[in-house]
Amino acid sequence: MDPDINKVLILFAHPSQRRSEVNLPLYRASQEIAQVTTVDLYGEYPTFRINIEREQQRLLAHDIIVFMFPLYWYSTPAILKEWQDLVLEYGFAYGEHGNALQGKSFFCAITAGGSESAYQHEGYNHFTIRELLQPLEQTALLTGMHYLPPFALFGARSAIEEQRLARHVEDWTAMLEAIRDKRIDIAKLESLAKLNDGLGFIKQVAE
Amino acid sequence: MTEIFIQSFIYLCAAVIAVPIAKRLGLGSVLGYLIAGLVIGPIIGLVGQETTTIQHFAEFGVVMMLFLVGLELEPKMLWEMRTKLLGLGGLQVGLTTAAIMLIAMELGQPWKVALTIGLIFSLSSTAIVLQTFNEKGLSKKEGARSAFSVLLFQDIAVIPMLALIPLLALPELAAQAQSMAHEAAKHHEKLSLVAGLPGWVYGLVVIATIVVLVVGGHFLSRPLFSFVAKSGLREVFTAAALMLVIGIAALMSLVDLSPALGTFLAGVVLANSEFRHELESNIEPFKGLLLGLFFITVGASIDFAVLLDQLGIVIGLTLGLMLIKAVVLLVLTFGFRVINSDRWLFTLSLAQAGEFGFVLASYSLQNHVISPELAQTLSLVVALSMFLTPGLFILFDKFILPRYQESKNAQEADTVDEQGPVIIAGSGRFGQIVNRLLIANGIKTVVLDHEIGQVDNMRKIKIKSFYGDATQPDLLHTAGIDHAQQLVIAIDDKERAVDLVSYVKQRYPQVRVLARAYDRGHGYELQNAGADFVISETYHSALELGGEALKTAGYHPFWSEQQKQAFLETEAANKEVLYQSWKTSTEDSKYGTHYRDLFMALEEQLGKAMDTDRSDRHSRVERGWTPPPKGYAERLAEEDKAV
Repeated sequence: MDPDINKVLILFAHPSQRRSEVNLPLYRASQEIAQVTTVDLYGEYPTFRINIEREQQRLLAHDIIVFMFPLYWYSTPAILKEWQDLVLEYGFAYGEHGNALQGKSFFCAITAGGSESAYQHEGYNHFTIRELLQPLEQTALLTGMHYLPPFALFGARSAIEEQRLARHVEDWTAMLEAIRDKRIDIAKLESLAKLNDGLGFIKQVAE
Repeated sequence: MTEIFIQSFIYLCAAVIAVPIAKRLGLGSVLGYLIAGLVIGPIIGLVGQETTTIQHFAEFGVVMMLFLVGLELEPKMLWEMRTKLLGLGGLQVGLTTAAIMLIAMELGQPWKVALTIGLIFSLSSTAIVLQTFNEKGLSKKEGARSAFSVLLFQDIAVIPMLALIPLLALPELAAQAQSMAHEAAKHHEKLSLVAGLPGWVYGLVVIATIVVLVVGGHFLSRPLFSFVAKSGLREVFTAAALMLVIGIAALMSLVDLSPALGTFLAGVVLANSEFRHELESNIEPFKGLLLGLFFITVGASIDFAVLLDQLGIVIGLTLGLMLIKAVVLLVLTFGFRVINSDRWLFTLSLAQAGEFGFVLASYSLQNHVISPELAQTLSLVVALSMFLTPGLFILFDKFILPRYQESKNAQEADTVDEQGPVIIAGSGRFGQIVNRLLIANGIKTVVLDHEIGQVDNMRKIKIKSFYGDATQPDLLHTAGIDHAQQLVIAIDDKERAVDLVSYVKQRYPQVRVLARAYDRGHGYELQNAGADFVISETYHSALELGGEALKTAGYHPFWSEQQKQAFLETEAANKEVLYQSWKTSTEDSKYGTHYRDLFMALEEQLGKAMDTDRSDRHSRVERGWTPPPKGYAERLAEEDKAV
């Protein structure tokens, strides 16, 4: 593996892509980036028959694992849960000799329908996005991965109307490239509320 | 008889040599035919006098072509075209006639002659234009559709023109041409049911004829073709198709209507019929040959002596004519919002005079509207402009289209409508389900079946299907295999299915072929023939039933489902090895020892894949949702404390 870059694996889960307004553009933009592997889980496993061996090999070949999905009931779409249930096996991801994921980093790239103010203790969702994703945070910790806060877009249903999409896609590719090229200090990101807040930490490429 | 043989041979020989060369040089078949005619006619002088007679005969190719065009055009589409047909067509004929008339008057012609010249030149060549659209695959473009509206209007407009021209007769010419009068009289005595009828009666006759045509075509054609199709004799069907076209042409001529218009209408009436593709594939070769013959006669009829004599004038007039026509067409594109490359396609494709120009010129001559010398010059201009038309298409292809190509590509990326149809061969119990799924999703399909009973059944439940043998290349062609995206093969005849796969993959490698196999061996044969996707007709239903049996035997439904999937996956993993073994073994030992051994090995693997608790091996099924070992949680807690 190239020591100068982080190999990024994006596991994309969207069951209704023909209606996707934000996730699909994000995914398409990610596909354009070199050294980033993108997997459309619903496309590859339309019957949910996830190939455990293949998925584990993919994990081994990458440094950064990203779940990319629209938030469904404060969690991932079903196939990502199925993926966790099947792929993160005892003896592979945890338990005896289960250290395949040690030292890798994990985060989510999500879109949420509610506004950012809703995802506050005072808001109608009562929890912050980071709190709601705690099951994934703990999964990362148990498997020995560094957990980074989610890269999130709130109010996704009105992002196109309010012309926020292009900017978001730009931010996303900038963050992705910075992580890939190790131009950002991952340790600094761990404590943020959301990954978007770390855009300022990116070291620009020396011209 | 000998003469006919020799002449036919000369015409065919010229076409066989000139057309492939012209095509290879990228000039298109029309120019090839024209050059062939030019060579055997004025240049070598092998043919001469008879060209005009043959030309009249060959004009029947235009009639057939309009029948085929009609078949492609459902009544609904024709109705949607009405604005363009009347607006674009009417303005093109009107403006062009007016412009040419004014110029002719400037050049010193009396107004009656000038008007006649305007009428003759306002028409374009349906034969060349539609043939070239087809050949270059432009028919679906907006510019081509607009051009077609204009051509159709022109074909209709010929009828009133023929009525108008005798009224423009010049007395002095009539006096001059006493000798010709009697010949012209002969022409007037042609067979007609409506000669001498008062205007209103004639009007009624015309309406009645069209009603007979539309109603008869709709209700009588089906039982007739059904009856013929049941005989299973292909040539009788061809005869029936020819009979229909010729019969309609005869009927139309009897009431002094345009045969081309009549067959066009008949085509539109039959566009929804299940026999559409079979009719197309039967008429197509006749049309092609006759049109080819027609183009040859155009080339052959160019009178070199006269041409050389008036070379400057003829060339000047031709170029001037094409310029005027192009300008009028270009102006119209702005009014009717024909844009980008379509604008130029429309403008360039129609900028010539056409075959009806010859007809009108000779008719005007007979009616003493124009002098023989003028008629000769006009005919030369018409012929020369037709000769130059393929050049305009090349201009469009090479210089204009590339300029618009980029923006077009960007647009195409997200339009699914432009996709070719899915052709489904065989509408039996298998093809039917495939078709229903696709139709329900709004995907365009063309269903073919060689059993008329089956087609009838499908039509009864409102599923559009067509009669015809899908293994016939002609029929596949008319069903649109050239631009089809996929071909689904679901015909019962095992061998013909394999032949069909190899034929299509060889001729149209871009078409994805999905084939239904009767059994494993047939599946291998299909795969070997090049099918992109092969599925056994019984495999999945058998598996479903097996899953049901597992459930009855006490398996949890979800577990039964997983076992089915594991079975499928193990089979899929071994498919290629078995196929390779089948392929490398000799013909007579296709299922020889080696293959049998492999098959037994597969059975063993299947057993292992199903094996869960009894085996220590990590089987595929066992892996999913396996709980961690007992006591693992306690160990985790200890480790956590130690940190």
